[in-house]
Amino acid sequence: MIDVSHLSKIYKMDAVETVALDNVSFFIKKGEFVAIMGPSGSGKSTLMHIIGALDTPTSGTYILDGQDVSKLSKDQLAEIRNKKIGFVFQAFNLLPRTSALKNVALPMVYAGISKDERMKRAEELLKEVGLGDRLNHTSSQLSGGQMQRVAIARALSMNPAIILADEPTGNISTVQAEEIMKIFQSLQKQGHTIVLITHEPSIAAFSQRTIHIKDGKIDKVEHNGYKKGGGH
Amino acid sequence: MDFAELISSSFEALFLNKVRTALAGLGIVIGIGAVIALVSLGQASQQSVQNQIQGLGANLVTISPGSTQGAGGVQGGFGSATTLTYDDAMSIQAANYPSISSVSPEVSRRSQVTAGKNNTNTQIYGVTPAYTAVHNITMNSGTFITNADVTGNREVAVIGPTVASDLFGDGVDPTGQTIRINKIPFTIIGVTVSKGGSGFGNQDDMVFIPLTTAQKTVFGMTNISDISLSASSANDITQAENDAGYLLLQRHKISDPAQADFSMFSQSDIISTISSVTGTFTSLLAGIAAISLLVGGIGIMNIMLVTVIERTREIGLRKALGAKDSTVVQQFLIEAIILTVGGGIVGMVLGIALSFVIATFINLPFTISVYAIGLAIGVSSGIGIIFGWYPAKKAADLSPIEALRYE
Ligand SMILES: Nc1ncnc2c1ncn2[C@@H]1O[C@H](COP(=O)(O)OP(=O)(O)OP(=O)(O)O)[C@@H](O)[C@H]1O
Ligand SMILES: [Mg+2]
Repeated sequence: MIDVSHLSKIYKMDAVETVALDNVSFFIKKGEFVAIMGPSGSGKSTLMHIIGALDTPTSGTYILDGQDVSKLSKDQLAEIRNKKIGFVFQAFNLLPRTSALKNVALPMVYAGISKDERMKRAEELLKEVGLGDRLNHTSSQLSGGQMQRVAIARALSMNPAIILADEPTGNISTVQAEEIMKIFQSLQKQGHTIVLITHEPSIAAFSQRTIHIKDGKIDKVEHNGYKKGGGH
Repeated sequence: MDFAELISSSFEALFLNKVRTALAGLGIVIGIGAVIALVSLGQASQQSVQNQIQGLGANLVTISPGSTQGAGGVQGGFGSATTLTYDDAMSIQAANYPSISSVSPEVSRRSQVTAGKNNTNTQIYGVTPAYTAVHNITMNSGTFITNADVTGNREVAVIGPTVASDLFGDGVDPTGQTIRINKIPFTIIGVTVSKGGSGFGNQDDMVFIPLTTAQKTVFGMTNISDISLSASSANDITQAENDAGYLLLQRHKISDPAQADFSMFSQSDIISTISSVTGTFTSLLAGIAAISLLVGGIGIMNIMLVTVIERTREIGLRKALGAKDSTVVQQFLIEAIILTVGGGIVGMVLGIALSFVIATFINLPFTISVYAIGLAIGVSSGIGIIFGWYPAKKAADLSPIEALRYE
């Protein structure tokens, strides 16, 4: 499903070059649950952005569902981001001054789903992540963990085949983190492909496979042997 | 995403960003309002002045005795020369020039007028019936001076509405009453229609009596104060001046026009002089208006540009969630249009209301300058739309991540 080969990303600022990704190749099957770990600045977010069709690599290819992403038009990419991929940003990226409900409903606006249906689904999702009593709070009225859960609900709103989550449990308590991970697990059971970035081995343990990244390169790949009961 | 959805998203965004919306809207309202009010007032005052001049008489040419060019020798004070006679006027009339439609010989002096215990100091005009045609006089009641009054040397008078109210009070028709000019009793035969106007040359503060009566009975003079001509049309004014001028030179046996013992000026001279003055005034107001438009425009531009960072991130996010570039740009464009059209309408209403209030307050005709409205709305919506659209277009060209990280 996700097939990256020889992926590199180099940021050029004036004369300084930063190699964020250095010749990375891997394959993620449909329905797989993969964790990405690595030290800060190792290129995890950069990699996720490319997989999420939010950014383009400097070199290498990315085949998503048999399609070469670099050959797609801007509108086709927008369509993929809208329907196929749910992205949970490390920095949440909620619309300011906008209610949780409307934030979660936003991807559905661009899919042309009617207002009633959007609001109904957004409410369901927020209840699912435990924010049923915070529907009309704006981001400035939510805690970090609550914002993170709104961001997760938003990523799920289009029921996408692939869920990419950049440290989705970074700002929440261990108990809440377990709940969130259970949501991801049940999504995987429904057939969704999940890739998540984490610093915590306990979170990575929910996945089937952990890809370790260091200095923009794949350091090692670890098979978790369904320690916490993931998989089919 | 359909169009209705796009519009409602735009309204939502405008509503969510109240401060930005209010500030940008204010810039538009002030810019447009100021331009419309100032230009309309400028035009109104110009029109008001022109109306007053036109009220003096259509295509009027006035011939006054005495030369205005100081061609040597001592000149008498204005109006003191005695070189024009009733016969001069009649000869112009008799020549039947196609350029001249009416000839009105006139005698005028200020004098005390009494009626019972009341008295007023006003301008007495000795005139012929031609006066009405030359000076656009219409009657409110009664009749004007007739030929029979002139040939019969009758003691009859037509009074202006100001004189009527000064001597007889408001709402009283004084026709048939008696007034005394230099102690000589005159019977009032009519009252003229008010022409508005005020101060010097107030055309409502006048008393008309037959020319002959004024010369012989009241003032004891043989000459006349001036001859007013009505040119057949505005294009005939110069020809009328030439025709009458050369005839008078001939009658007065003067070969060099520079030595003429009379002078002429036409209404078009006054109009063009005053128009250029009021035109300068209107340009001045338009200049001030342009500055307000510029200030308003800079206000709109600033507020649009100041929010560019936040809006660029917003665009990055919307794109990350699946918005197409065109959808995002359209939404921002529609927002800018709603803002400028809304602000434009409010500004227009404000500007029109303001010019109406000021015009009423300082007694000017109320005019609306369509040109000013068009210009003001064009400029401020242009600025609003360009500075709403251009940053959005630039942000949409970035990748979602670049836009999200913009600073
Ligand atoms: N736009 C950019 N321009 C220049 N350098 C960048 C840019 N974005 C990222 N980098 C650099 O690329 C490297 C990888 O960044 P990335 O955000 O992928 O790290 P990360 O693994 O997600 O770190 P963290 O765990 O702290 O989130 C970093 O060294 C960072 O400084
Ligand atoms: Mg990161």
